[in-house]
Amino acid sequence: MTEKREYVLIEHEKPWTYEEDGLKVARGSAWTGPGCHIGCGVLLYTDENGRLVKVEGDPENPFNEGRLCIRCLALPEVTHSTKRLTYPMKRDKALRGKNQFERISWDEALDTIEAKLKEIAEQYGPESVLFMQGTGRDIAAWISRLAWSYGSPNYGFPLSGLACYLPRVSGMYSTTGSFWVCDCSQQFPDRYDNPEYQDPEVMILWGNNPLISNSDGFFGHWVVDLMRRGMKTIVCDPRMTWLGARAEIVLPVRPGTDAALALGMLNVIIGEDLYDHEFVELWCYGFDELAERAKEYPVDKVAEICWVDADRIRTAARLFANAERACVQWGVAVDMTREALPAGQAISALTQITGNIDRPGGMIIPPELIFYGGGFGADLLTPEQTNKRLGMNQYPLLKFGFATFQPDVALRAMETGDPYEIRGLWLQTTNTIACMGADPKRWLAAAKKADFIVCTDLFMTPTIMALADYVLPAATYPERDGLRIGDGPQRGETINKVVQVGECKSDMEINLELGRRLNPEAWPWQDVKEMFTSMIAETGYDFDGLRAVAPAYPRYIYRKHEKGLLRRDGSPGFNTATGRIELWATVYANAGLDPLPYFEEPEPGPGSTPELLDEYPLVLTTGARNWGMFHSEHRNIPRLRSLRPDPLIEVHPDAAEKFGLKDGDWVWVENQLDRAKRRVKLWPALLDARFCSTDHAWWFPEADPEKLYEVFDLNINNNVTWTPGKSGFGSNYKCMLVKLSKVEEGETHD
Amino acid sequence: MTDTYGILIDYHWCTGCHSCEIACQMEFGFAIGQGGIKVFEIGPWQIEGDTWQFDFAPVLTDQCDGCANRALAGKQPTCVHHCQARCMTYGPLSELAIALADHRKQQLYSL
Ligand code: SF4
Ligand code: SF4
Ligand code: SF4
Repeated sequence: MTEKREYVLIEHEKPWTYEEDGLKVARGSAWTGPGCHIGCGVLLYTDENGRLVKVEGDPENPFNEGRLCIRCLALPEVTHSTKRLTYPMKRDKALRGKNQFERISWDEALDTIEAKLKEIAEQYGPESVLFMQGTGRDIAAWISRLAWSYGSPNYGFPLSGLACYLPRVSGMYSTTGSFWVCDCSQQFPDRYDNPEYQDPEVMILWGNNPLISNSDGFFGHWVVDLMRRGMKTIVCDPRMTWLGARAEIVLPVRPGTDAALALGMLNVIIGEDLYDHEFVELWCYGFDELAERAKEYPVDKVAEICWVDADRIRTAARLFANAERACVQWGVAVDMTREALPAGQAISALTQITGNIDRPGGMIIPPELIFYGGGFGADLLTPEQTNKRLGMNQYPLLKFGFATFQPDVALRAMETGDPYEIRGLWLQTTNTIACMGADPKRWLAAAKKADFIVCTDLFMTPTIMALADYVLPAATYPERDGLRIGDGPQRGETINKVVQVGECKSDMEINLELGRRLNPEAWPWQDVKEMFTSMIAETGYDFDGLRAVAPAYPRYIYRKHEKGLLRRDGSPGFNTATGRIELWATVYANAGLDPLPYFEEPEPGPGSTPELLDEYPLVLTTGARNWGMFHSEHRNIPRLRSLRPDPLIEVHPDAAEKFGLKDGDWVWVENQLDRAKRRVKLWPALLDARFCSTDHAWWFPEADPEKLYEVFDLNINNNVTWTPGKSGFGSNYKCMLVKLSKVEEGETHD
Repeated sequence: MTDTYGILIDYHWCTGCHSCEIACQMEFGFAIGQGGIKVFEIGPWQIEGDTWQFDFAPVLTDQCDGCANRALAGKQPTCVHHCQARCMTYGPLSELAIALADHRKQQLYSL
């Protein structure tokens, strides 16, 4: 345990904390809550009353180089919001949905929760408690350990088809043994100046607007840095965006048809012999089979499927393949279609057959200090309990990537008791009925069946109001110590506590304290700092030591497959069954799935249910991000809310005319399942008048708590079903057929 | 030697991220929606084919004091410091004016 990896450090002018003009300043990482996938370097300013008064970007931190988005800039108004949950509360189960919580002490809360969880474990088995989290908070490690040390294999996300990131992550691990991201020099402390680094010549921005979404450890404005340095972009987006307006070429793909588009591009690259023969020969498996499959997707056919001009597809494919260095920065749109796995596989193949693998300006493997995807402590579960993980039997691919339950199977268990009854829910940082849950009323009805429900979060949410028997108040990042070990390339960075708000505790503190009560051997640490120190033992630093030098960058080596650095046996190649990148996936074949990428029409959709088009003529994509909001958060922060007071649906002026709508009208967005309210924003930048686009995760914190903050009026996932892809991954969150009609005065959802 | 300082904004690269606005509001405690800088959206409209007008234009207001106190401490204005696209430059007007001549779609503010 004393091995000290080699780290590259930056020079600091000052220690991690110092005085400046009567304020205390602390350097650290901004991860989390509130939610974010990034963790920028920040300087936290606190005054003599122990209040956070200002957040600045840390100019010494190579990751963001001093820059910040508005969510961290406005953080003092989040941390010190008077609306925070600041003490534990309880409410009688019979009063779920009523605003009748009672303040209790931490001791009472933890004593009761401990007793209740032990009782459930004894009577029904620990698997009958589901441990669920949302996204973008530093919690996966701790909640997974809590679940597993308790004996429940059922840790996961209440998101149909795990349709966010996990399809891509699992897909890439299954077919290449690693995870891949665009090389923007983020792995080097000297960034663009690193002598080994070279910019990508071409980047495809696929199914995300990284400037706003900042997803998966990818700081969106790196794209602007690279564009200013001369990089060209190809933008796949049904809307003309700021990035699209500056792109070499835009592919306005019909939502849900990304797999077809990628297969069409593969068809061009292979058909015109633009691929990297040497790389394919040496390092790929199944190229001939992929080439055969790509033949089934001639560009003209693909153009028809995707509603994209054929010549655009050809031009984009050639531009990408002819570039010396190219990469794909993709987003959740790829996961949020039912057949997400083959979509991700096809897009990955673009980077693979062009040899843009682990080389400068191509796709790189983000270095990890700790294997984040594996959870923390899977060995705590007995094989018997492991086998009870919901969905493992139906979906063997769940063994790869994140060790979570399959959420659609979990929902059915909650509803039907098959294969066993669900008795308890531990909901930590998930506002399920406002955010990731599909068909939220269905999920809520199922959740209500549980005997015992604990929720942990920063603020009161519709989900807590609807369900919680016990509420535990969580901390924002300036209120806690921590390690930044999340998405993307990991740096050795710490999160540093500088303030205390009410009786809030950090998520990991809550998990440690409860975990210790449930299974003391699994949680042998005195406090969180000791836990962090033990987790990073391999680095040779203890928590305080790392904090002093952070960020510590693991040394990055390109072309690891050539050097035998990817496989356990030390031989060259990739960590797969064949030792190669598997264009034809052994793992998929073994799981009874098609080993090659394919496209299947989203259903319902223009291609699969044309008969619905008369009634529902618009194709809706959802989930567009706003600068000031992270999913369902920040609606109660006035400064950020002022930039987006209402949920909007962007409608093309031609479509608005057809429906008799004008800018600012409140409308029902309705499909064959249900409806949700939106305000019309006329938006000529929709690249087809049949497209419309809306943001998600809306609720009105200012509305009546007992009407659940009008969440069912506003939740666009009212229109989404729990229907995963064949592999258990993927679900149609972002592609549906809808119609729009004016909301009548005073009309509500029910 | 004293030179008047200014801020040069290469607004072709301004993404409209609002960081300049919120940084300024938080530094000075300005009311919501007010502050020393305001970002305007120009577009989107289609000019022809793939050519679209889609820009953001940050404008300094009467409430901007050029971050005088930060300047005394040797710091950049907080809007410039936090600009995500790094399209804002703070410096002596004489130097910025030379950069201004380099290409279109820039604006120069005297502080
Ligand atoms: S992306 Fe924004 S919210 Fe996330 S850490 Fe960076 S500044 Fe903070
Ligand atoms: S220079 Fe300072 S005061 Fe002026 S707009 Fe920028 S942040 Fe505000
Ligand atoms: S911070 Fe920079 S990129 Fe963002 S809106 Fe202001 S000027 Fe534009």
